[in-house]
Amino acid sequence: MSQITGSEAVIKSLVAERVHTIFGYPGGAIMPIYDALYDYSDKVTHILVRHEQGAIHAAQGFARTSETCGVCFATSGPGATNLITGLADAMIDSTPVVCITGQVASHLLGTDAFQETDVIGISMPVTKWNVQVKRAQDIPAALAKAFFIARSGRPGPVLVDITKDAQFGMMDFNYEACKDIRSYFPNPVMDATKIDDAAALLNTAKKPYLLVGQGITLANAEQELLDFAEKSGIPVASTLLGLGAFPPNHPLYVGYLGMHGNYAPNILTNEADVILAVGMRFDDRVTGDVSRYAKQAKIIHIDIDFAELNKIVTNEVSIHADAKEALALLTTKVEKRTHESWIQEFRDAEKLEVEAVIEDAIHPKHDRLQMAEVVNMLSEKTNGQAIVVTDVGQHQMVTSRYYQYKAQNTNITSGGLGTMGFALPAAIGAKLGNPSKTVVAIIGDGGFQMTIQELGTILQFKIDVKILILNNNFLGMVRQWQELFFEKRYSFTDIVNPNFTQIAKGYDIEAKKIDQRTELSEALDAMLTSPAAYLLEVVVEQEENVFPMVATGASVSEIRLK
Amino acid sequence: MENNTYNISVFTENSVGMLNRITIIFTRRNINIESITASESEIEGIHRYTIVVNEPKETVRKVVSQIEKQIDVVKAFYHSDDEVVYQEIALYKLPTIALASGGDAERIVRAHHARILTIESEFTILEKTGYPDEIKELFTELKPFGLLEFVRSGRVAISKPMKTLEEHIEDMNNEKIIF
Repeated sequence: MSQITGSEAVIKSLVAERVHTIFGYPGGAIMPIYDALYDYSDKVTHILVRHEQGAIHAAQGFARTSETCGVCFATSGPGATNLITGLADAMIDSTPVVCITGQVASHLLGTDAFQETDVIGISMPVTKWNVQVKRAQDIPAALAKAFFIARSGRPGPVLVDITKDAQFGMMDFNYEACKDIRSYFPNPVMDATKIDDAAALLNTAKKPYLLVGQGITLANAEQELLDFAEKSGIPVASTLLGLGAFPPNHPLYVGYLGMHGNYAPNILTNEADVILAVGMRFDDRVTGDVSRYAKQAKIIHIDIDFAELNKIVTNEVSIHADAKEALALLTTKVEKRTHESWIQEFRDAEKLEVEAVIEDAIHPKHDRLQMAEVVNMLSEKTNGQAIVVTDVGQHQMVTSRYYQYKAQNTNITSGGLGTMGFALPAAIGAKLGNPSKTVVAIIGDGGFQMTIQELGTILQFKIDVKILILNNNFLGMVRQWQELFFEKRYSFTDIVNPNFTQIAKGYDIEAKKIDQRTELSEALDAMLTSPAAYLLEVVVEQEENVFPMVATGASVSEIRLK
Repeated sequence: MENNTYNISVFTENSVGMLNRITIIFTRRNINIESITASESEIEGIHRYTIVVNEPKETVRKVVSQIEKQIDVVKAFYHSDDEVVYQEIALYKLPTIALASGGDAERIVRAHHARILTIESEFTILEKTGYPDEIKELFTELKPFGLLEFVRSGRVAISKPMKTLEEHIEDMNNEKIIF
């Protein structure tokens, strides 16, 4: 067999991993790989983004909606450092992404060469694994390992840094997918006795409560969750990233947990006697003051990441397992029960929220448009089937509260890291992974301007992303906190915005701006039925607050309705 | 929560950057590492770190879980001082003339079970292994002789439980599903 370059080996390895879409930006130290890519354009589509942060967020959006790995390319130095925010985001939200960065030639390592940066050192805290490759012949094995690690166990981002001489070097290509690493234990054997312990607790519980997170989606355990819930009759609440894992219109569904979640699932957390948490990690935005969180309850925690067990709360039963497998077995061990009066408590509490918040939010009497009514109408018009990508802030919390995610893998948001600027590029990735689905990016006026340059990517590759800007001319979530906790001292949260529709038009994207309730329905229809990318700017109430709210330091039982 | 001394043993693949990957887990929680040593272990290709910290047990347990989660980490343990046998080594450099001019030198060397590694015309080097306070005691006694240099190693520790690393690995592999 004739030898090939390390660069061609990179592309052939990606093809062997069935990668067909790459997000990237070329530069000096990765030029040989780009040169090799030129010959594979029939097998691999490369999406030229406008900034490397856009590349990795797009790869994240792609990965989270298509159940595959996202892949991105960046050059050394600034190219690589621009990936860091996305790596941190993917790390905390468990997203499988493989980043390939070019590096200066190995003889220049450590010499402050042009565009040299210690990307291995910099990315170490925000990658599941990273490695530098200095010899062409080591490339296939490093990439095989990278894909295996990114996808297996609790998924996460990995980075492979390849020196320029390794890209030029010649090697005999042979690709073997990685199936095992001696020191890595991604698929634990479940301890079935723990499932018995859990079932015993649940079978005698008076007020059992099921909390689900993204682990359900990552394990493809939606059906097992439904079967378990329906047999056990336990009410189900979801974290931010868990939305979409359980049907929102199901009689056992009681709502969204956390700081801006629903009233009932928060306040009744401190009433449950047994809590079963599956594929969630008791984030502080979910628990509020953890010293006053579910102290009365016995907690059963199922997670594939051993380090998550007993990290925030102390468990009665810890089950280190894949959610799908654990729920399937647990379903066989629990008794068929109903918990009517317990669920009625949720319905009663929910009524308070409907009266105090929801009714007014979706059928407002104010003159100005409210974010919630926009999202609610979008949810109805798309029947909860669209892929909805949100940025970070008030619009994100409102979308989580009012969009009814009825389909799987459609809720894409930056949860753990809270990265403003995530939505636009992530929506690009989501659309490329799901060409037949409607993808709507809901973004605030602040976050939109953090990665607005990706409109260029939409232009160049004709990506049909619907962009819904909820514009309140404020950095709204920070403003809300300033109003509530900083005596309305609006320190640098009023933001002067450009003309968004003019900007969209500059990128050849059809755009419309509305500020009247009477225009909303028609404007959403125009956006959704447009055959191409579309930007709809909705001017909303300037000083709208998102409620309910569990203030920082408060207990979930102190959730405020106003 | 009360701080205690814990001896963390980490067994890893011998890959570039592992020390950094491990130490950033401490840095992130602003934990000061009291001492750290790294060397080969009894299994080929596997390195062993001994890390000493002064922290509450709960914190140490969580840190060890997060260390163990690193891809190239085979296994990590933590033990309190009474669960391990540990040792440190120190070298003391003294002017030979001070030691040779009568006095207590012989008594001190004998009493502390110190070893003389070399005697040069200008300096003599003593070695002492033991617990940190024993090393410190000898340091105090030698100080009046005009101690020129002093260096102490990090701690090395071996746990008292009899289960070997190989047995641990075997157990873990029995708990591993390979698709």
